[in-house]
Amino acid sequence: MNLKEIQKMLEAELVCGAEWLGREVACACGADLMSDVLAFTKERTLLLTGMTNIQVIRTAEMSDCVGIVFVRGKKPGQDVIELAIENKLPLFVTNFPMYEACGVLYEKGLCGCARAVLRHGG
Amino acid sequence: MFCTKKGYAVVRERCCAMEDEQTIVLEFTLKGSDFNAAGETSSKIKKVLQQIGVKSDIIRRIAISSYEAEMNVIIHAYQGKVRATIYPDRTELVVEDEGPGIADIGLAMQEGYSTAPDHVREMGFGAGMGLPNMARCSDKFDIQSAVEEGTKITMTIFHNA
Ligand SMILES: Nc1ncnc2c1ncn2[C@@H]1O[C@H](COP(=O)(O)OP(=O)(O)OP(=O)(O)O)[C@@H](O)[C@H]1O
Ligand SMILES: [Mg+2]
Repeated sequence: MNLKEIQKMLEAELVCGAEWLGREVACACGADLMSDVLAFTKERTLLLTGMTNIQVIRTAEMSDCVGIVFVRGKKPGQDVIELAIENKLPLFVTNFPMYEACGVLYEKGLCGCARAVLRHGG
Repeated sequence: MFCTKKGYAVVRERCCAMEDEQTIVLEFTLKGSDFNAAGETSSKIKKVLQQIGVKSDIIRRIAISSYEAEMNVIIHAYQGKVRATIYPDRTELVVEDEGPGIADIGLAMQEGYSTAPDHVREMGFGAGMGLPNMARCSDKFDIQSAVEEGTKITMTIFHNA
């Protein structure tokens, strides 16, 4: 599943990073706790979050996330968008709340990080 | 940013290709409670590692270890220093701060133990996951702390794990 397909499923607005829409997503993580993102995600994770501060971008950068979806229509500020562009991180905004957004993707077969590990045996 | 080549200190803005036997030393200072700058140091370390072609899963572990330690200085201490020494086969991170220190290291190392204030939790931190995550991401992990003095964390990550 790539970011372009995910954008369509979540009826999401692309905030930045159009050139990276072809990126493949390995798994997804829905979290507002950046501590958990740092501890439990894998490479090429899509992050869904309700937080829009600058530390979300830093956390996604360190964790090698493929992109970030902000749920419930929350749009990040300009400083956050600029740091995302600098780090080649596509950002999306969906009007779905967290549970629905995760549910839609899960139903379409995008697994969570723990399952990604089980499936790839690593 | 300071780079040391074979022991001779040179001040340079960027370090590029790494030759055999060459060591790159990157040094930064951190200011407690400076949440806007939090992560800049780890970002710079990550970019140098990418330039010299370290494997991405290894870089990820180094960047996460560095960022967790950097955040801890910003959240819990007054000021600190980060030194990343990049050898051909490993990266060593030393993160040292002046701050309140940790009275019970065994307790602090437990998942879920945190003294972070509410404004830090509102930013998505303070779950008590940082120290155990550093220990998990690094191949060698050492923590020294003295109450009312400060904390020093030393981590090594091998490049060909
Ligand atoms: N550099 C430090 N100086 C003083 N106390 C520290 C330092 N680092 C950690 N601690 C203490 O150890 C506790 C646990 O640290 P840890 O990094 O595991 O969790 P946290 O920083 O509270 O939350 P998280 O890392 O999940 O954001 C902290 O809450 C704090 O009490
Ligand atoms: Mg921490």
